[in-house]
Amino acid sequence: MNEKSAISINSVDKVFNEAREDEVIALSNIDLDIKEGEFVSLIGPSGCGKSTLLRLIGDLLEPTKGSVEVFGKSAHQARVDQDYGMVFQHAGLFDWRRVSANIELPLELHGWSKADRSTRSQEMLDLVKLPDFGSYYPRQLSGGMQQRVSIARALSFKPKLLLMDEPFGALDEMTREHMQIELLRIWEETGTTVVFVTHSIPESAFLSNRVVVLSPRPGQVHSVIDVDLGKRSESTRQDSNFFAAATEIREALRAVEEQE
Amino acid sequence: MNIVKLKSRVSIIWPPLVIGIGILALWEGAVVLFEIQEFLLPKPSSIWTELQNNWEILRHASWETGKMALGGLAIGIVAGVTFAFFATLFRFLNEGLTPLAVAVNATPIVALAPIFNAWFGVTGSVSNQLVVATVVFFPVFINTAKGLTEVHVNEIELMRSYAAGDWTILKEVRIPNALPFFANALRVVAPLSVIAAIVAEYFGGPQDRVGYVITSNAGLARYDVAWAAIAVASAFGLSLFVGALLIERVSTPWKSAVQLEETTKK
Repeated sequence: MNEKSAISINSVDKVFNEAREDEVIALSNIDLDIKEGEFVSLIGPSGCGKSTLLRLIGDLLEPTKGSVEVFGKSAHQARVDQDYGMVFQHAGLFDWRRVSANIELPLELHGWSKADRSTRSQEMLDLVKLPDFGSYYPRQLSGGMQQRVSIARALSFKPKLLLMDEPFGALDEMTREHMQIELLRIWEETGTTVVFVTHSIPESAFLSNRVVVLSPRPGQVHSVIDVDLGKRSESTRQDSNFFAAATEIREALRAVEEQE
Repeated sequence: MNIVKLKSRVSIIWPPLVIGIGILALWEGAVVLFEIQEFLLPKPSSIWTELQNNWEILRHASWETGKMALGGLAIGIVAGVTFAFFATLFRFLNEGLTPLAVAVNATPIVALAPIFNAWFGVTGSVSNQLVVATVVFFPVFINTAKGLTEVHVNEIELMRSYAAGDWTILKEVRIPNALPFFANALRVVAPLSVIAAIVAEYFGGPQDRVGYVITSNAGLARYDVAWAAIAVASAFGLSLFVGALLIERVSTPWKSAVQLEETTKK
């Protein structure tokens, strides 16, 4: 990890339906800096604006006030430059494309040649440990496998920033833990910056370098918790440092609840 | 895989075939056994005889009616799909048009046939084709518009994160997403077009059409000939339905791949 800034969020407000009766202040006065190669989780009760914050970073929404800079340029420019890979809870694979064609979709849109595309999609399938599933249709795969394809697709064009919105939220506990290990391995191999939205305390503690705890109505940064578990493996889940980090996050979330 | 495919096809075909033949046999037996009079319910065998005796008339009539059905089908599909695209482009149009289309679709459109005859003339083919087209239009429009607009929000966000514009999203996401919806509509409207064409012919028009053959023979108490005409029309409707199924198979291969897997798993 180096010290170069990947994301810089400065005094950002996000208001939906501004100046209307159903006006909602989703985020208020958010300041956050994320360094290149960092793995940062956003956690908080529902309605705290964590998904909104992710979409502001990804230029899927525009801030009402303040600025979002990604790799020293506007979020919009970063999106146009294809710096983003996105993964959602809904795997969002296209039924009509075979698995390899799904992974190749962003490459197609970015104008890669057919040969380069198929080489790359095979590399990605190997990376997510589905080397033989390229010719399947997404619906023929289990939920966990679909989510792995979705990650492969997001990483296929080597985006500098991976934005993940509860990507493992729909998976069963065991699959979820396997996927976390996979994600960490991929993160180490690729050196991508990751912003990860979750509402699972152990998940955020296990994966992140830093956990940003948000409080709702309006969404604000309550606290930022540093986590240092070194290189993680399955045994890290029994580690006292892991429990300590989870406890710290839990206490921050309790404090958020009491605020209300 | 191919053997599995073949097996599953055979196992799909034989039960309705056996039951269909069984019903025909029961029908034949019941008419003979209970001495039902031919004008009330002719035997399948006498319908078959009349079918052969009147083959030339029936063949010609189903050809003429078929032209009405297919012509109307084509007009209705083109119009339905075109409107669906417009409804997708303009949200206001979609919000206004779709509920209206659903309401109109629930009304008996074929009842308009005599009015269409008055507008467009009873002798030409325009009136009847327009009746068919109107019947076809609404299901095609409603379903296609649904397929074009009901795309998961994450899928749109994903495309936008790749810096894809509206046109690319339409081409890569909305249109393929709408294909199964369209295929569904096609399966409904293909046989419906034959029904609409025949019912429209009940209200007048040229005499070499299936609708006229049915009404005129029923009027003369030649019910076996009327039944033969109905049988020909059914066969025609069925073949259009099978055609729609084939189009569905070819245009949405991902659906049949998944379905096949599900049937073989059972």
